Amino acid sequence: MKGRAIVIGGGLHGCGTALHLAQKGFDALVLEKNSAGRHASGVNAGGVRQLRRHPAEIPLSVAAMERWLHLDAFLGADLAAMCEFTGRVGQVAAAENDADMASLIARSDEVHRLGWTHEELLDQAELRKVAPALARHCVGGLISRRDGYANPYRTSQAFRLKAQRAGVRFQEGTRVLGLEQMSEGWRVETSADRFESDIVVNCGGAWGWQIAGMVGEVLPHVDFAPSMMVSARLPHFLDPVVLGVGRKLSFKQTDNGTVVIGGGIFGIPDLDAETADPVADRLIISARTVSDLFPIMRTAVIVRTWAGLEARMPDDIPVIGPSTTVRNLWHAFGFSGHGFQLSPIVGSLLAELIVEGRSSLPLEPFRAGRFSEGSAVTHPEVAS
Amino acid sequence: MTLRTACELAIIGGGPAGMAAATQASALGIDTLVLDEQPAPGGQIHRGIETVQATRAADMRILGEDYAEGAVLTATFRASGAAYEPGSVVWQALEDGRIGVSCDGASRMLTARRILITTGAMERPVPLPGWTLPGVMGAGAAQTLLKASGMVPDVPVAIIGTGPLIYLIAAQFVRAGVQIAAVLLTAPEVGMADAIKLLPGAMRSGRTLLKGLAWRSELRSAGVRMLHGVSRPVIEGAGQVESVSYTHGGVRHRTPVGLVLLHNGVIPNTQLSLATRCKHEWDARQQYWRPQTDEWSATSHARIAVAGDGAGIMGARAAASQGRMAALDAAVRLGKIDAARRDAMVSDDRAELERQHALREMLDRLFQPAQELLAPTGIGGVVCRCEDVTVSELEDAVEKGCTDVNRVKAFTRCGMGPCQGRMCGPTVAQVIARKLGQTPDVPGQFRIRLPVRPISLAELAELQT
Repeated sequence: MKGRAIVIGGGLHGCGTALHLAQKGFDALVLEKNSAGRHASGVNAGGVRQLRRHPAEIPLSVAAMERWLHLDAFLGADLAAMCEFTGRVGQVAAAENDADMASLIARSDEVHRLGWTHEELLDQAELRKVAPALARHCVGGLISRRDGYANPYRTSQAFRLKAQRAGVRFQEGTRVLGLEQMSEGWRVETSADRFESDIVVNCGGAWGWQIAGMVGEVLPHVDFAPSMMVSARLPHFLDPVVLGVGRKLSFKQTDNGTVVIGGGIFGIPDLDAETADPVADRLIISARTVSDLFPIMRTAVIVRTWAGLEARMPDDIPVIGPSTTVRNLWHAFGFSGHGFQLSPIVGSLLAELIVEGRSSLPLEPFRAGRFSEGSAVTHPEVAS
Repeated sequence: MTLRTACELAIIGGGPAGMAAATQASALGIDTLVLDEQPAPGGQIHRGIETVQATRAADMRILGEDYAEGAVLTATFRASGAAYEPGSVVWQALEDGRIGVSCDGASRMLTARRILITTGAMERPVPLPGWTLPGVMGAGAAQTLLKASGMVPDVPVAIIGTGPLIYLIAAQFVRAGVQIAAVLLTAPEVGMADAIKLLPGAMRSGRTLLKGLAWRSELRSAGVRMLHGVSRPVIEGAGQVESVSYTHGGVRHRTPVGLVLLHNGVIPNTQLSLATRCKHEWDARQQYWRPQTDEWSATSHARIAVAGDGAGIMGARAAASQGRMAALDAAVRLGKIDAARRDAMVSDDRAELERQHALREMLDRLFQPAQELLAPTGIGGVVCRCEDVTVSELEDAVEKGCTDVNRVKAFTRCGMGPCQGRMCGPTVAQVIARKLGQTPDVPGQFRIRLPVRPISLAELAELQT
């Protein structure tokens, strides 16, 4: 036994981190204030996207994609099937005009300069071939062909079950109220019992900054509530996930025929009540974008909407790494609305960092200290 | 006609509670707007009353006395001066008084200083084996067809379940010449002994009781086969209802039929109140959720009230009384009258509510929902029609650690379809509770968000705010 680890938060990154710590010999316990996968992990739009990732995230995203495409090896056949992952349909950003196209060309140049090849420019004819239902005015696109989508809640449960099979214990309905550092390790006060542990990992999602605050570590963040709407089932008309360029949109038709629309409409977050509500006045903007881009959708019926709770960091990339103020506390939160695709890789890299002192892919850009150093660069927003 | 975008009191629903409330509110000088999904006032109980009274005298006789009572309520409402917008589907109601409403394919947001939800009851889902076969419908839905268009079945009918409505619709069908093959009553027999004790209280509503007895003797003299204490009903057929089989007197029977009507009582239609997130409470005896309301129908939200069956099943007369009292309370809150005047005006309605309450105590004991009809057994039993989710899929989700209705919904898609879980929500809770040995309130209720009713994307894109 390497020691005891408490992971705060039973979302995808909490489950993934606990899983890999357990595999490396830790006695791992997940403390979850609600139920595993209840918030962003289980209610996001389910996009599995390498396209238009922040440069710092690209190595992680590409490695994560390998795991998505071989989920059997990562989770076992039954849990892999539970995720309802559909890969290799592609995610494509659709340019509506020359200005949009210019920004996609610039993006493509940047990615190729960094040595990556997964993002490909499409001309108008090629775009129509991959997404014939798109409005005729679209002039071209940028595609990542291995991308796809999965069922977020089922994926979060598969991760939980995988961690449980590896020996991770879960205590749901248990809220962490305080962290006290002792001569050796931590004492964790919760709404239920008091726990002791050698290390603590903060995978608190939208509440991650509050956990950091318990040890006096102030991290800049914005609470936000990405919201989604879903149509009634439609005959199949679209394979890839389509993203907006000049306008915010993430648009996919899932295997069951329903269309999930998200990518930039924000609801009202309420961290204390642990809920978020979509706002009709804001959904209008998405509805307009969709009816412009997909004429077939004008007669579609919206049957559900929802919103999730997330923390967004100022530079739009997560915090992954050690606390800047105390020893034996690590963070992995603040995924800024696009942590879903990274979930198979983050826990294993963080566990490497914790146990071996170095990770096989660079986590340095995600260090918590970047904000106090003033080295964080605000990055243009990217759709989830 | 210009549609309103603001009012003092918005009433959602045009049944007895909504009509009575609007009539009272207008009389007190409140600028009142009634938003009604239906094309004409009356609600479910008095559906189509104006047309039937004016043009279908024969149907008026078939539908009977309770139905006819709606004529006065409707006429008074029409004369009250309250604004009335039929065909208005409310898809959102917010704590702050804003309402999203769709009418004639266009949506708008309107703002009310106060909202009164009078959306009434819905039939409790009855997911017994075979309930999704063509040729099976709710008894209430069959009654709606009779009221709205005088349509009656032309094949032998079986009615299965429990509740006073069964006697009423059976009597209406007998008058309309429908062939009733069997009325299969599933109420537990213990209910009767308890009910007798409540008779003195219920006798204050003697007329109603007599009416119930009259329906029963009407059915008897018509020779309708009524069986009490029926269990394990199963609907059978290949692609269409062909027969029902059931246990009665310890023996399995099969009756050939062409149509099956199901009824297991009615429950409050809480979609809209849930969407506002006001507090709800569990009624253990009648096995349903209802919004917490005070004697003025006020909820835990300062601007929102719920009156009538939507706040707990009490019947049409109580609904009208509650509606009037909610309107009086709205008048106080909107500064039209003071509390003393309000209190001086309620004595008749208070007395009516007490009478109805005593009657309801007895009815609730007599017609307890049949437990075996609340949750399907057998691995193939369909729970969610929209998403075609079976009971075994729900049980599998529970085994994997999804132990409340929202977790099960996210895992199985049960309740994610166009009805937003209206039809399967109660059943999902029952299935989880049975599996975990809990009472059905423990697994909770689905989170309901806009749109409470489906809305087209084009309509949303053009929403007037």
